[in-house]
Amino acid sequence: MLHLHTLWYVIIAFFWTGFFVLEGFDFGVGMLHAVVGRDHDERQLALSTIGPWWDGNEVWLVVAGAATFAAFPSWYATMFSTLYLALVLILAGLMFRGSALEFGDKVTAQWRRAWRWALILASGAVPLLLGVGLGDLLTGLPINRSHNFTGTFFSLLTPYGLWTGVTLLILSLLHGATFLSLRTTGPVHLRSRAAARWTSWAAVAAVLGFVIWTRAVAGGKFGLPVPALAVLAVLGTAWLAHSDQDGWSFAGSAVTMGASLVSIFAALFPNVMVSSTNAAYDLTVSNAASGSYALKVMTITAVIFVPLVLLYQGWSFHVFRGRISASPADPAAVAGASDAGPPPAGPVAATPGS
Amino acid sequence: MSTDLARIQFASTSIYHFLFVPVTIGLAVLTALLQTAWYRNGQPEYRRLTRFFGVLLLINVAVGVVTGLVQEFEFGMNWSDYSRFVGDVFGGPLAMEGLAAFFLESTFLGLWLFGWGRLPKRVHLACIWLVAIGAMLSAMFILAANSWMQHPVGYAINHQTGQPVLNNIVALFTNPTFLWGYVHVILASLVTGCLVMLCVSAWYLHRQTEVEAFKRSAHLSLVVLIPTLALALFVGSELGVVEAKYQPVKIAAAEAQWTTCQPCGFSLFQVGGGNQDHTPTKIISVPYLLSFLATNSFKGQVIGLDELQAQDVAKYGPGNYIPNVFIQYWSMRVMAYIAAAVFLFALWGGWLMHRGKLEHSPRFLFLARWAVITPFIMNTAGWMLTENGRQPWIVQGLMKTVAGVSPTVSSTEIWISLGLFLLVYIALGVTDLVLMLRFGRAGLPEDHDDAQLPDRTTTGRTRPALTY
Repeated sequence: MLHLHTLWYVIIAFFWTGFFVLEGFDFGVGMLHAVVGRDHDERQLALSTIGPWWDGNEVWLVVAGAATFAAFPSWYATMFSTLYLALVLILAGLMFRGSALEFGDKVTAQWRRAWRWALILASGAVPLLLGVGLGDLLTGLPINRSHNFTGTFFSLLTPYGLWTGVTLLILSLLHGATFLSLRTTGPVHLRSRAAARWTSWAAVAAVLGFVIWTRAVAGGKFGLPVPALAVLAVLGTAWLAHSDQDGWSFAGSAVTMGASLVSIFAALFPNVMVSSTNAAYDLTVSNAASGSYALKVMTITAVIFVPLVLLYQGWSFHVFRGRISASPADPAAVAGASDAGPPPAGPVAATPGS
Repeated sequence: MSTDLARIQFASTSIYHFLFVPVTIGLAVLTALLQTAWYRNGQPEYRRLTRFFGVLLLINVAVGVVTGLVQEFEFGMNWSDYSRFVGDVFGGPLAMEGLAAFFLESTFLGLWLFGWGRLPKRVHLACIWLVAIGAMLSAMFILAANSWMQHPVGYAINHQTGQPVLNNIVALFTNPTFLWGYVHVILASLVTGCLVMLCVSAWYLHRQTEVEAFKRSAHLSLVVLIPTLALALFVGSELGVVEAKYQPVKIAAAEAQWTTCQPCGFSLFQVGGGNQDHTPTKIISVPYLLSFLATNSFKGQVIGLDELQAQDVAKYGPGNYIPNVFIQYWSMRVMAYIAAAVFLFALWGGWLMHRGKLEHSPRFLFLARWAVITPFIMNTAGWMLTENGRQPWIVQGLMKTVAGVSPTVSSTEIWISLGLFLLVYIALGVTDLVLMLRFGRAGLPEDHDDAQLPDRTTTGRTRPALTY
């Protein structure tokens, strides 16, 4: 029988996976925008590919956190107080990234340079640190009987956690590169394709190592289909990126990212946080969960709102689906705009379709 | 030590966060009203104003969103025992906020910003309204959670764990503390938005540039401000009555009322009366007023702090159950006196507007530019009154603040995070202020500039990256 707490574990895994599949390319674009864009306008072009979406994508992380609080208060309490300093850095990173995306394009050249570096570093630090944290959940941290962390900051730097972090960092780079290849034209587009080719090799190595290591950490209960999918997807992405198929290689990097995240959560279940001190102190979906009434209320909320969110976020992706070109005078942009008003403005304009 | 540090951290980050939240809510509604006016009457001024105030809205949303993340994470980071204890009840509204409000606000903000000219006019207008609704919904779930800490309802204690377990979600959203508190917060946010809009409009009217456009936004802000502020004063006073019923210590402390009285006078100012001095010197006392404010009756009884302390000791065991009286007394007065002054100022503006003299009164336009400071003081004072008045409880009657802190997080770690957040917040605050002033003074966008952009490279003028 399906317990509600199992369902909520699946929902939380879904939000983490969705977060990395969506925000992963935002991180990648943040890191790569100064690589694929050589001057100010090209860099702005690269950033404008994520303009309408990155803020909404970030909400997936907020909801993953809040859903953990609601459905598994003990997990939320132990995880967030344990990963304390890592989360401080993640929060600082997310604040710098958000500000850089909103405010970076202003005032003076020095101001721009400072925010550019803030964006690059923060976009790299956040997936790396989140990956370390997620890997730690599985590989285990010193947690005592009352579910309190007994280690120090350095106990968080587990080898498996670090590898998971590096894997998610590289996958974000690949995902950002395939996304940029799909959404841009001109020289930025060509450089994005090159970036996708280069990062795809690193991604193949990272994912292979990650899958084997996860298998070693989790043991026999870690099934084959999902990690196999991750490996096939990353190999496929590498091949597609080399044959310049933008759409398919973006789909490939999305599947790779998704399957990697699902691998972590599939290997972790039914635990939510492993104690390296004593297996009896593990936090599990049953001993960390809220009461059945609270879970029922939350389930009704999720049944109503999750499909709604998917629907309007999907619509938002649909509205801005076109490629972005650097030329504002592009007649296609004018033709493609709706008749309701003037054509889209700014240094970038969209052409319909791709 | 680490409890104090954790409290300082939560207080400072949430006060900072709430500088931006009311601007977001207020400006989102007002921007939506401007765009609605443009949609209905087609006057180009409204369209230009919409885009102009949309930029100011965006700058504040950005800071509000990133500082809100900190709040969301801080419960688990600094208050893990609290989170473990109350998560069953308290976590629900937070998760609902994400699902029902955050997604809505952020997704439709993206659609609105990038949807100019791409979405049909009606759909585009709906987007800004959904942003405003999302912002207001977000506040609703947070206030429901906060009100539960003030006046816990809809739960039963699990006898095995001793923890509260949710058993009635409807009770959380019909909690009288929530209903009055939420309406009060929304009204205060609208007041904040109106005063920001009025300030900017007054700056332009004073310089006599774009008078036709900024007369409209000045009028809109005054038309919304006057009734909103009147309602906020009324709702705030009713909230006081509700709190006097469920949290008598909070209200008695706000009046520094140590002895039980009936009927009770309200002191306009007083000397002394803090936690060490139970016999303050009331400078001007208005008879019967405190009875009325606390009970809605001129002859109502207000139980003094000494008696409430004795009651709480009998109920909960030994301890100090009285919050910092100085903070209570003065935050209440600062909020109420400023609100009354701003209300008179708004009436003056309404009268000038009625006579068609608004843009010709340098005195009013001067005051309007500086009145923008007042909502931030009032909002902060209001939250200090609410949150400080709950002490020593983190959940009134159920858990003390000192018991909620993370047992495994060291003072050093809190110092590190406090220092880092301080640096980031100063950077964000300076950035926000610089940009607000810069874009607030940059002038209205030309109506036809959509078709001719980019002017970024040709004129050197830059815009928020997300905006166009």
